[in-house]
Amino acid sequence: MQMRKTVQNLKVIENLQLNEDHHLLQLEVPDPLEIIYPGQFANLLVNHTPGVFLRRPFSIYSVDYLKNTISVFIKEIGEGTRALAQTPVNSYINGMFPLGNSFTIPGKPEKILLVGGGSGVASLMNLARELSRNLNDISILIGARSSEGLVELDQFSSYGTVYTTTENGTHGQRGYVTDHPILRDEFGQFKRIYSCGPEPMMRAVAAKARTKSIFCEVSLENTMACGFGVCLCCVTETIEGHKCVCTDGPVFNINQLKWQI
Amino acid sequence: MADLSTTIHQLELKNPVLTASGTFGYGLEYDDFLDVSLLGGIVVKGTTIHPRQGNAYPRMAETASGMLNSVGLQNRGARYFASDIYPKLTKYKTNVLVNVSGSTIEEYIACAEIINELEHIAGIELNISCPNVKEGGMSFGTSCVSVENVVSAVRKVYRKTMIVKLTPNVTDISELARAAEYSGADSLSLINTLLGMAINAETRKPVLATITGGLSGPAVKPIALRMVWEVARAVKVPLVGMGGIMNATDAIEFFLAGASAVQVGTANYIDPLVTLKIIDGIDSYLNRHKFSKLTEIISGLHM
Repeated sequence: MQMRKTVQNLKVIENLQLNEDHHLLQLEVPDPLEIIYPGQFANLLVNHTPGVFLRRPFSIYSVDYLKNTISVFIKEIGEGTRALAQTPVNSYINGMFPLGNSFTIPGKPEKILLVGGGSGVASLMNLARELSRNLNDISILIGARSSEGLVELDQFSSYGTVYTTTENGTHGQRGYVTDHPILRDEFGQFKRIYSCGPEPMMRAVAAKARTKSIFCEVSLENTMACGFGVCLCCVTETIEGHKCVCTDGPVFNINQLKWQI
Repeated sequence: MADLSTTIHQLELKNPVLTASGTFGYGLEYDDFLDVSLLGGIVVKGTTIHPRQGNAYPRMAETASGMLNSVGLQNRGARYFASDIYPKLTKYKTNVLVNVSGSTIEEYIACAEIINELEHIAGIELNISCPNVKEGGMSFGTSCVSVENVVSAVRKVYRKTMIVKLTPNVTDISELARAAEYSGADSLSLINTLLGMAINAETRKPVLATITGGLSGPAVKPIALRMVWEVARAVKVPLVGMGGIMNATDAIEFFLAGASAVQVGTANYIDPLVTLKIIDGIDSYLNRHKFSKLTEIISGLHM
């Protein structure tokens, strides 16, 4: 059963600094967890930070049902994300979750490509885990500016074959994610593409998927005030009009979106 | 437990905490978080006779102690509301009000006529104060003549409680309040959002697609309090105060300034349970100050 949305005080039981500006926080949930689907997110309250008024949304990176924890992957961008990323172990963060829809999981094993850029990989980890449980043949393409920006590659490798690109050539193929040969030579073999990252990257991936008529879902991140469909601020244009990224998304099939691709 | 009940014209509220239109959806979005029936009432999303797509994205900018929005009354229209949403709201054992808006007087009338037929809708809040629509909205609320025209026109077709929601984007809110009262408003709610703007210095562009938007949150509370206090001395109809209420103390301040009830808006985004905490906090305040009834503190400001 899908978990009802809740607001709870979550205890930080681990705060791993992955590189200069990325942290992975493991948060203990007081109430027993029900199923959280890949692609869903949490909206976290930022404590004692002047200038920060609203919650900050983060993909749920992983769920540990035995420990009753969720993990979030936080990139320090501004004051709010910095304060959250630096939350000490044993202190509490108020979290609203699980929010949003989820990626569509195929009914039978398929050849699948995940494309992530920057902190967009956060929503792909839970998806990769779920897909590998269902014996899908998974390729994972991840891009970053440099090798320091590529995190948790070992974890991804346990779910599928990992390919990387870096803009400065310090890891994998040099260039953008969208320049990688897997998006040219083998592309037609994939039955499904899932992508999360900077919008220009997702648009480029979506354009390639559309050319080959491959099923493609992307996870969007629009600025939002509430996270549960009442403020109507985070809309994206779809073939059915404005839809909220927080409740109708964050995951959209590219055929729903009015992207000029 | 103090007596928290209050009255807005024909509306009997079990407690004085309502939710502000546009911040509480249709109540249904909050069912996971709380029992909506525990509230004094809810005011559902601004509704127009025709469906509206609203404004382009981006529609929101976080600001110091607040936020700007430029949603622009996105809704699926009064007929869809009546046929598809309203039946789901009859389960709520509290006052459900509909915020009614339009681009022309005829649109306001047509929308109010549809809502008038809905038995479980306790009243309307006439929105003549939305700053985010090109035509109508706030422009109806900024001159006494247009306030009189739209309020009296809707009064002719709407029979239950009609609250008129005022804009703060005027020189003298009291005269507009008097115009609304004179034209048949049963109550006034104030304030809607304050027109504002946000600029991204790095890109040198406005943050909102519409350039300007409506400011809400604690940043506007002192202005809202001042306006409630001014309007309370200008009219006899009961007032519903709002503007940056985040906790029970904020709400108490509005009662002292002259509000008979309050609406909680932006705070719902941050804490969907905030309304229940405010209700509890009002009760604690009354007990602590040895009041047995909420009504004892309305307009109770010591001068």
